[in-house]
Amino acid sequence: MTSSPGLHLKTVILIVIMVSVAPLGDMFLGKGMKQIGPMPDWAPSKLFDFFFRAFTSPTVWLGIGLLLAFFVAYLVVLSWADYSYVLPASSISTLVVALLARFVLHETVRPLRWAGVAIICLGVFTVGNTHPRTTEH
Amino acid sequence: MLTAAILYFVIVVPGTCGEMCMSHAMKTVGEVTDFRPHAIVRVIGRAMGTPWFWFGITMMASAFFALIAMLSVAKVSFVFPATALSYAVGTLGGKLFLGERVTPQRWWGVLLVCIGVILVALGKA
Repeated sequence: MTSSPGLHLKTVILIVIMVSVAPLGDMFLGKGMKQIGPMPDWAPSKLFDFFFRAFTSPTVWLGIGLLLAFFVAYLVVLSWADYSYVLPASSISTLVVALLARFVLHETVRPLRWAGVAIICLGVFTVGNTHPRTTEH
Repeated sequence: MLTAAILYFVIVVPGTCGEMCMSHAMKTVGEVTDFRPHAIVRVIGRAMGTPWFWFGITMMASAFFALIAMLSVAKVSFVFPATALSYAVGTLGGKLFLGERVTPQRWWGVLLVCIGVILVALGKA
């Protein structure tokens, strides 16, 4: 097991960035695509028009930008942390998604979903108490 | 049924294998210690020079398209609980292929996450 100064702290910071920006990116991408409307049909000219509208939407680009930020944070954290640590720890994003659904989108979040989120938090807490890196590099 | 089974396999197996390749690619370039944007871009650029990065991207993209396709043939209430298995497969892969030391405590955490993901998906259905 190896450790560099602040390894645990920087792992937590990167995972917090990942789980904050990914749900926001999904939300903006979904919102942007809904504004554009459903895909018309497979006719090339209509498809071109559809993708042109998608890629000229600031909301879609905001979503893409946030998802790119997620991917960069994911790659950076994997440069030192175990995959078997990052994978379950990043599932805490379900809490962020449920909070966004409840307080930003004003959706009803069923008790079963809150129960699932609570169990995930417990699981992430359990994984988070193990060392982020167990291999030598 | 066969189509759904094939798609499910692609989501879980190449999906987690792709992430493991990406993890391996990043470990080969070394721990990021400089967090300035240009330093991060340089590290990712070095990772892109390894074949593992491109294996990873290809498999992750295949899993993504399989997920989209799966959503068109199966109910969301089936697809997302089923992806909970990815956490267990990924952890096992980390142990077997990346040489990570998965302690019983980490396994318990993964099990709780899997149960939680299934409940969240059922709660959304």
